[in-house]
Amino acid sequence: MSSAGPSAATLDAVAVDFDQLKFSEVSRYFGRRRALARVTFACCAGEVVALLGPNGAGKSTVLGLAATILQPSDGTIRYGGYVAAEAGAPLRSRIGMLAHELQLYPELTARENLEFFAALSGLDETRARAAAALNRAGLGDRADDLVGGFSRGMRQRVALERALLHDPRLLLLDEPFTGLDERSSAALAERLSGLRARDRIILLTTHDFEAAEAIVDRAVVLRGGRIAAMATSGDSLRERYLASLRDEVEGAR
Amino acid sequence: MRRFVRVAWLIMRKDLTVEARSRELLFTTLFFAMSIVLVFAFGFVRDGRPVENAAAGILWIAIAFAGTLALGRTFERERYHDVLHALLLAPVDRPAIYVGKLLGILALLATVEAIVVPLIALMFQAPLFRHPVLAVALLALGTTGFAAVGTLFAAMLVRARSRDVLLPVLLYPITIPVIIAGVRGTAALLQPDADLAMARMWIGMLGFFDVVFLTLSLWTFEPVMTE
Repeated sequence: MSSAGPSAATLDAVAVDFDQLKFSEVSRYFGRRRALARVTFACCAGEVVALLGPNGAGKSTVLGLAATILQPSDGTIRYGGYVAAEAGAPLRSRIGMLAHELQLYPELTARENLEFFAALSGLDETRARAAAALNRAGLGDRADDLVGGFSRGMRQRVALERALLHDPRLLLLDEPFTGLDERSSAALAERLSGLRARDRIILLTTHDFEAAEAIVDRAVVLRGGRIAAMATSGDSLRERYLASLRDEVEGAR
Repeated sequence: MRRFVRVAWLIMRKDLTVEARSRELLFTTLFFAMSIVLVFAFGFVRDGRPVENAAAGILWIAIAFAGTLALGRTFERERYHDVLHALLLAPVDRPAIYVGKLLGILALLATVEAIVVPLIALMFQAPLFRHPVLAVALLALGTTGFAAVGTLFAAMLVRARSRDVLLPVLLYPITIPVIIAGVRGTAALLQPDADLAMARMWIGMLGFFDVVFLTLSLWTFEPVMTE
């Protein structure tokens, strides 16, 4: 865990690690359209933060920015003592992302997909890692089947394993419960609880309040690219979301 | 450096594995290139005698058009399922992704050329194999220069809605020097009395274009891919 990062020149030789993700006054424009406006929040190690909000609220943009795939138009994003532009590949090696599109090659088998991404991450024993990951996903017997033939839920499980292959510090999940049956949702929630216990930072978006209920510590409600509310009370996730919308409506009156 | 080469190799191997399964790009590109050669053969071969220097031009038209078709599709697999973002998030030097994609497209175009070149030699009675080393050097360097720029533009346009229209519009003006050098060098080789000095000069020119285009592409790939 670092509070102040080393210089860019020495980053390659240092294992980048961090215990906090912090957005400070982050804005993002796509052309003239504003997707995010001065968003400020932080997530710490051992915490699961849910980004809630209607479609188009800016949730996926926050994840894209946190993943370093997008660059902020304004403001800063810090990973402990590091910023993405300076830390580059060593920082990316500590980030895992499950996007809404599952980012798998349908023409490759599940095993080939995982081996490919494990090798890209510079991991050794890619075959054994891929086999272990597929067993965790309950797809060990489908390892040599093309991903294109999988159901959405099965692809979702493979994609989650892809995101976790390199044991990232920061895990970004865009609608992770989509397409999962009840048993798989429960298994995912249990998996995420385990990761939280291991001090991982988990930032997820969801509309499935029931499935996420057990694992979410804090909710950040976005609306129109702005933070509408930070919900930390003990109520259910759905109530926290609805209360934040009520507060916003009352505040606007 | 070893890691850079390994990543490029992984990307190329993945592209070739996918292509070996679907054969989508190979068949489309090959069919298109062969169609060009056959159509031109009807126009430029009269009474069994080809028009002078036609073979060189048709060879490079076939490579450029078929190459454009292949380049337009090379990042499609990454775009369809948003795998491009997974590649960009991987802890790798991003130019290695470019090199891997370029090697994949070069392997594909080399396969197409292995069939199209003998076809042109046959249809146009062109002595393309009289100086095989120089002919291979011209083809290899010309194709590399064309594909180096094309791969960068294909990556740049992957998120553009009208990418199929924009790719040739951007690509041809920039790669015209490569195509001209390829045509002139090949024409020098195909003369009854081959002008080897002229062919070598154009090969040197192609080598220069390749160095410039590859350097610029490697330099600009990362900023181009960062949104």
